Amino acid sequence: MNQPASTAWLARHEIRLAWRDLMAMTTAGKRSRERGALILIAIAAIGLHFLAWGLVNSPDAQKQTQLDRWITITAMLVLPFSLMTSQAMESVTRAFYSRSDLDLIVSSPASIRRLFTVRVGAIAVSTTLLSLLLGAPFINMLALSEGPGWLAAYPVLLSFGAVAAVLALSVTVALFRLIGAKRTRLAAQIVAALVGASFIIGIQLAAISSMGTLSRMAFLKSEMVRNLLPAPDSVFWYPARAMTGELLPLAAVIGFSALIFMFAILAYSGGFADKVIAAAGISQSGKARPIRRRDGNFRRQSVRAALRRKEWKLLARDHWLISQTLMQVFYLVPPAFMLWKGFGSSGALPAVVVPVLVMASGQLAGGLAWLAISGEDAPQLVATAPVTPAMILRAKIEAVLGALAIVVTPLLAILAWASPREAVICLGGIAAAGVSATMIQLWFRSQAKRSNFRRRQTSSRVATFAEAFSSIFWAGAATLVALGSWFALAFVALALVVLVIARSLRAAPTGEFA
Amino acid sequence: MAINALEITDLYKRFDRPAVNGLTMTVRPGEFYALLGPNGAGKTTTLKMVTGLLRPDRGEISVFGHNALRDPVSAKKITAWVPDEPMIYDRLTPLEYLEFVAGLWNIDARQANEEAHRLMDWLKLSPHAQERCEGFSRGMRQKVALAGALIHEPRLIILDEPLTGLDAASARLVKEVLKERVAMGATVIMTTHILEVAERMAERIGVIADGRLVAEGTLGELRMRAGKGDGTLEEVFLDIVSEESVGAGPAGQKADAA
Repeated sequence: MNQPASTAWLARHEIRLAWRDLMAMTTAGKRSRERGALILIAIAAIGLHFLAWGLVNSPDAQKQTQLDRWITITAMLVLPFSLMTSQAMESVTRAFYSRSDLDLIVSSPASIRRLFTVRVGAIAVSTTLLSLLLGAPFINMLALSEGPGWLAAYPVLLSFGAVAAVLALSVTVALFRLIGAKRTRLAAQIVAALVGASFIIGIQLAAISSMGTLSRMAFLKSEMVRNLLPAPDSVFWYPARAMTGELLPLAAVIGFSALIFMFAILAYSGGFADKVIAAAGISQSGKARPIRRRDGNFRRQSVRAALRRKEWKLLARDHWLISQTLMQVFYLVPPAFMLWKGFGSSGALPAVVVPVLVMASGQLAGGLAWLAISGEDAPQLVATAPVTPAMILRAKIEAVLGALAIVVTPLLAILAWASPREAVICLGGIAAAGVSATMIQLWFRSQAKRSNFRRRQTSSRVATFAEAFSSIFWAGAATLVALGSWFALAFVALALVVLVIARSLRAAPTGEFA
Repeated sequence: MAINALEITDLYKRFDRPAVNGLTMTVRPGEFYALLGPNGAGKTTTLKMVTGLLRPDRGEISVFGHNALRDPVSAKKITAWVPDEPMIYDRLTPLEYLEFVAGLWNIDARQANEEAHRLMDWLKLSPHAQERCEGFSRGMRQKVALAGALIHEPRLIILDEPLTGLDAASARLVKEVLKERVAMGATVIMTTHILEVAERMAERIGVIADGRLVAEGTLGELRMRAGKGDGTLEEVFLDIVSEESVGAGPAGQKADAA
């Protein structure tokens, strides 16, 4: 047994919570499904290993020069690093703002410095594990085909996780100092969204502007980029070389990350309690969030208008939703840039822009619909109002589709400027995907707290898959219509089949109106 | 003959076992009625059926003559429901919340605005009118929910454990507000486990056990029924409930869906 309140004891506590959290997410909170979930994970892992084996041993991969390999590995490291940093920022923000057990631990005589060390360590490990979900099969297959040196990739990725956690911590602390606790929560989530998408989008934009292609690797291995890269003996290549098991670079990468991790713990742990208390002040003190005063009278409004306005107000004040929507919009920048470069003349337009817009709209509509329909914070109030349930639902659907329209209209306007025909097709696809996602959320509605938005997928696996497949099929149908193919009808039929199946599997009414 | 504020006839609701089991009761207009019972007796289930939050398996519910099952909208127009856990929107201010509730009940905007400010003053919420509810204490959240319940001037106010978790000052304020409403002609039905409150405030008291009304009347009538001439409501209540338990088996086993 570990000494109570020691670092190891706190770490054990965190691991136990994280494991139960993971299993609850995987099994939608039903413990009886744990064994099935573990079997599915094992099958998926085996499948990924086969896929990785094929890619690692492909002729293209075998033909690479050493510099090409280092470029590929470095790019493959920077990509998860930007995602790790984004995820770590999200976790650090939650560590400061989410109260859960923080009040209990902070009010106990346990050392706050130890708690901080454990929490930051947990952030580093959890962000690394997420990257390893996809990375581990490749590492294992490379170790099998090229030698065990590749197993060094595991500590290298963990080092990157630690650096990402420190970077996220530094940015969050800097935001705290610059703009205060009140605004940091929103700002950090927006920065996290931008950081997460920045690398892929940046490279893609550079590839489009310089080579007119969406291929990132073709751009990275081009003569232009090669001429800008440092010499082979530069420390710039140490992470790539450490991945393959070279000892000196490996020691340097691990040593460097351990050093800055320890430095960050020493530098920031002292102020952790202050920041936690400052963040707590936001939710504890009613004075922390003054709203623009409106001295005028209440508006004259119909019941539906009241419901719509309430939904829009709540959506606009949802930090997490804003950052996620921003990320989705941000991912649309490369296709939009391609539009701007091509002015509709490129054949890639319908193949790139239309599916991306339709897919993103379907996903966004699903999220908004969940918030408005399942994430109703005062269901009993709405249910006891003297209005019919049909009117409440209609107003909520109007609110969802209205919010979706606000996001996609500017993008459709740009598309219409480049190609009116594709804009009309895209509008049809967006409408179909948006309405389908909203209907799926209606069929699978279950009362949940709005703050559980991040875990909305756990409430119904069927709804999650139905939403994803319907968006994919509508995106495919719109793309094929844009390309003038009759195969579009097949995709429309598939999307409708998904809806029919989802409707037949919808949750039975409970008799509770709320 | 005056129409009763609430008439429940032969009401049934079953979950895994009967929660409300042939309940019949009447509440008169302008009355302060306390509904008591042990945990799991069926109080909340009954009130949820009255307010349209649950559909009964069988039975009739009438609110001021409006059939709450066949014409729920008419019944809801004159009813307010305050659950034990105040359900408000964290990201709205109290004023925005009241504007939303007024919109739901389709109250004239000017009238609602005046009433909202009067209620906010009365409940001492005015200094916080423009702050989001996310940082409010339980007492403040309960007061916001109460203001929302009163803004459409309901004729029937139903409250489920409204004093749970409130500090003395907030509890007193809530009690005063309810008394005022009764003085103005509204009918109040309240469940509570704080028997002193029921003893001091209620004109009539109903006791539910195992989904049935087992006793009803003024405190004096209940004392007589229990044979405790000058007993407190606590003594009378425990006596009635234990008598019923002996007669009908253990009560309150069901998970508190009720």
